[in-house]
Amino acid sequence: MRHYISIRDLDRNQIDHLIDRAARIAVYGADAQPLKRKILGLLFFEPSTRTRMSFESAMLRLGGSCMNLGGVEVSSMAKGETLADTIRVVSGYADTIVLRHPKVGAARLASEFADVPVINGGDGAGQHPSQTLIDLYTIHQSMPLDRIKIGLVGDLMYGRTTHSLAYALTRYNAEIHAISPKGLGLPESLKHDLREAGCEVIEHDSIEEIIRDLDVLYVTRFQRERFPDPASFFDVAASYRITPSLLQGVKDNLILLHPLPRVDEIDPAVDSLPYARYFQQARNGVPVRMAMLLEVMQ
Amino acid sequence: MNSDKYQEGLLISAIQNGTVIDHITGGEALIVLRILGITGSTNECVSVATNVVSSALGRKDVVKIENRELKDEEVDRIALIAPKATINIIRERRVVEKKGVDIPDTLIGVLRCPNPCCITNTNEPVSSRFSVQGKRLICDYCDTVIGSDISSHII
Repeated sequence: MRHYISIRDLDRNQIDHLIDRAARIAVYGADAQPLKRKILGLLFFEPSTRTRMSFESAMLRLGGSCMNLGGVEVSSMAKGETLADTIRVVSGYADTIVLRHPKVGAARLASEFADVPVINGGDGAGQHPSQTLIDLYTIHQSMPLDRIKIGLVGDLMYGRTTHSLAYALTRYNAEIHAISPKGLGLPESLKHDLREAGCEVIEHDSIEEIIRDLDVLYVTRFQRERFPDPASFFDVAASYRITPSLLQGVKDNLILLHPLPRVDEIDPAVDSLPYARYFQQARNGVPVRMAMLLEVMQ
Repeated sequence: MNSDKYQEGLLISAIQNGTVIDHITGGEALIVLRILGITGSTNECVSVATNVVSSALGRKDVVKIENRELKDEEVDRIALIAPKATINIIRERRVVEKKGVDIPDTLIGVLRCPNPCCITNTNEPVSSRFSVQGKRLICDYCDTVIGSDISSHII
């Protein structure tokens, strides 16, 4: 039985296969209702818009149905039921489970108790493999994945999307430029793993010093609660904001990604520039998740 | 006469039956006792020597526990903080088994994950599980790495 828990569980061939499958689906669509009579259980224990709705859209486009947990407050978790028990029960109702949970490692635990495939829809500050596959797929639409120069911007200490993407890019010999304020840089253990995997990791305080060399700029949100006071948050957010003037002189084929939702990280004036690919990235969630669902349920 | 044995002989007498844990890193004996759940309120007859002169380690600790033979899982725990320790099983004053400690590839239920947000720190029915990669211990659930101060995480 195949689970998708962490991008680290996938080797390059498996990632390439999913990207190719998503690309075929995006162009040709899926065969007629390949998942008819299959049910996807959506267990979202914290808020989500894109992940939940794109999995739902993917399942409906494949001819299947979705079953929602609903709000946590109306589920048995509110009565104190363990996640392990919830998973064992829902395994009897659904053919695959997508789990979003605030605790790190929840998806790994779920996979140990489930009788059906589990897809991690994000667990705390941990892993979010489908988002990483979407990121890779979106880059792949513009350039080969091998040896790209990518800048990761934002809260790199706690940002799970950047961690997962960085791990995945070790499969493609990327040059990673980590751009963040002091105290919010990549965790030491992650840098150790990336370098151990042969990946070059270079750290920067500012975007300006590296942006003209990059093929991909991946922007993430700063979380207000990480800062001691509102003023320091606004100062940092302003100095890492992507604006049209910042993008002057960049490579013609630079692409700008963001897992969304954005707040102030990217000036809306950037949306119409050819670099902006974040809404395309969000749309790509559907074919990529269709490919994942087909892999686990067919 | 071996200087280690000489020192040891002065400090701790031989035991009839039980376990002698030798070559513990100097100063770590009390942590070994904690790992084994030996406290002032338990019944074992225990002898401890700390900072004994050792030709191999410079300084070492020795623990002798009467009438108790260590289980494999207890040996795993000791290996984490005293990787050079040797375990001698004593029956009728004779060493019937002598073994080194070896850190296994996976440690189950031995360490508490330091990440408070890890699923293993909730009421879920799972034990903690760490993969051993060189000197790093990595939580199989949340990827948190324990690289130092291992003893403070031992359950």
